[in-house]
Amino acid sequence: MTKTGRYIRLAGMAGLAVLAMSAPAFAQEVEEVAEEAFALSAPDTAYVFNTLLFLMTGFLVMFMAAGFAMLEAGLVRSKNVAMQCTKNIALYSIAGIMYYLVGYNLMYSGVDGGYFGSISLWGVDDSGGVASDGSGYASASDWYFQMVFVATAASIVSGTLAERIKLWPFLVFTVFLTGVIYPIQGAWQWGGGWLSELGFSDFAGSTLVHSTGGWAALMGALVLGPRIGKYVKGGGVNPMPGSSMPLATLGTFILWLGWFGFNGGSELALGSPDEANAVATIFINTNMAAAAGVVAAMMLTQLLYKKVDITMALNGALAGLVSITAEPLAPTLGWALAIGAIGGVIVVLTVPLLDKLRIDDVVGAIPVHLFCGIWGTMAVPLTNADTNFSAQATGVISIGIFVAVTSLVLWLALRFTIGIRCSEEEEMMGLDKAEIGVEAYPEFTVR
Amino acid sequence: MKLVMAIIKPFKLDEVREALTAIGVQGLTVTEVKGYGRQKGQTEIYRGAEYAVNFLPKLKIEVVVATDQADSVVSAISGAAKTGQIGDGKIFVISVEQVLRIRTGETDAEAL
Repeated sequence: MTKTGRYIRLAGMAGLAVLAMSAPAFAQEVEEVAEEAFALSAPDTAYVFNTLLFLMTGFLVMFMAAGFAMLEAGLVRSKNVAMQCTKNIALYSIAGIMYYLVGYNLMYSGVDGGYFGSISLWGVDDSGGVASDGSGYASASDWYFQMVFVATAASIVSGTLAERIKLWPFLVFTVFLTGVIYPIQGAWQWGGGWLSELGFSDFAGSTLVHSTGGWAALMGALVLGPRIGKYVKGGGVNPMPGSSMPLATLGTFILWLGWFGFNGGSELALGSPDEANAVATIFINTNMAAAAGVVAAMMLTQLLYKKVDITMALNGALAGLVSITAEPLAPTLGWALAIGAIGGVIVVLTVPLLDKLRIDDVVGAIPVHLFCGIWGTMAVPLTNADTNFSAQATGVISIGIFVAVTSLVLWLALRFTIGIRCSEEEEMMGLDKAEIGVEAYPEFTVR
Repeated sequence: MKLVMAIIKPFKLDEVREALTAIGVQGLTVTEVKGYGRQKGQTEIYRGAEYAVNFLPKLKIEVVVATDQADSVVSAISGAAKTGQIGDGKIFVISVEQVLRIRTGETDAEAL
């Protein structure tokens, strides 16, 4: 070896020796850091898990927007599919913006047993620190979780009014629904308002979300009128079958999946074994109610019509889900089955009933969300002994009147100012061509 | 020259095509159509509302052949398309005045 080579080898060995001697010191530092990292207190851990629950169940509920979009896209005719998709992505976005601008604080800030909160922009505020009883969570995670709920309520309305409502007037209605109507009635209960002090109970929103959407949809359907040709003089009904059963089915499965977030996240906490048990129970009850709704709807349509109607089976799943939403924790699996099954029966019986009344609900949102929302809310005392039918009825009726009246006024105002219905020619041509300028299926010729 | 136009049940297409190939027919045109004759439609139910589906899916086959071939084409199609159930369809024979092959400019008999 050359002289230089020998020097380099010596230097290298010396360096290694220094490293070896100082290794114990490094190891000690790593150990100390490791101990600090794992020294989370119990309230801190609860804070993290609570936040995680809101965020993860929240994005499950966000995906329900895709579920509604696909369900509606599948149940409308081809010439209106692009419009339905447009309405769904628009209303989800508007809901998020309105809930920041005014909705959240109107619903939650300073309600104190009253009727509404404060009109102000919402902002992140984690200055309270970590609650020592393990109930804390990131303020943004709560805003996020509540925001996806108001978006769900708004999307209920778009299904009923499909195929003949103009886009922008519908979105104007959505602005008020998500910024004012929903937050005010939500304040009465979840915001700590007067209803909550009466003992009304609505765990995840059979009334607050689903019936609210349902009432708004019903009022809209009454003011808007049925599709041209849907009802024939003398009592006949002309069905207008949807364009894609696979999309409708996909949408329903997505909604079913998202509902685990919708109900599960409404436990609002995951910081303890008890809360973990609760969320798990909520998941299985939710699933059972949906399953029972499907089977009940299938059996009943087979009995009544000698054929199973896929669209009724899909509605049956959603009916079960809406029905269990008011109380997904207290029931046993058997009760969840019963509650969901009755929801399925309600939907099969009330869809034709709406047609008899000449109320044109394209996707069955009123039977699913309004009627089953009422059923689910009234059924709570059957499994939850801390509630009573009188308080439940008070909630159903007061919120019903409030949402129905404000929606009706709003729809009428829109109808007599900017107009809400497209022209007859536009309706025949299809809203895709008329208002969106983009056809959903440009390569297929449509009758 | 004759245009033989046949309305048949959709699932009979392959059999009819094979029967025509067997007698030397070299091309045909198929269109999806809806129609009814004396066969009534069916009743369907969508979300609790009954409706009559009067127009049933059929296929229209059109083939242009030399006049002396028309009869064998008619019997080939009717033999292959028949099921014996109502709704089997009908065959029409129409006179053709002129035929032109676009690629080569051949007319009438050479264009068939």
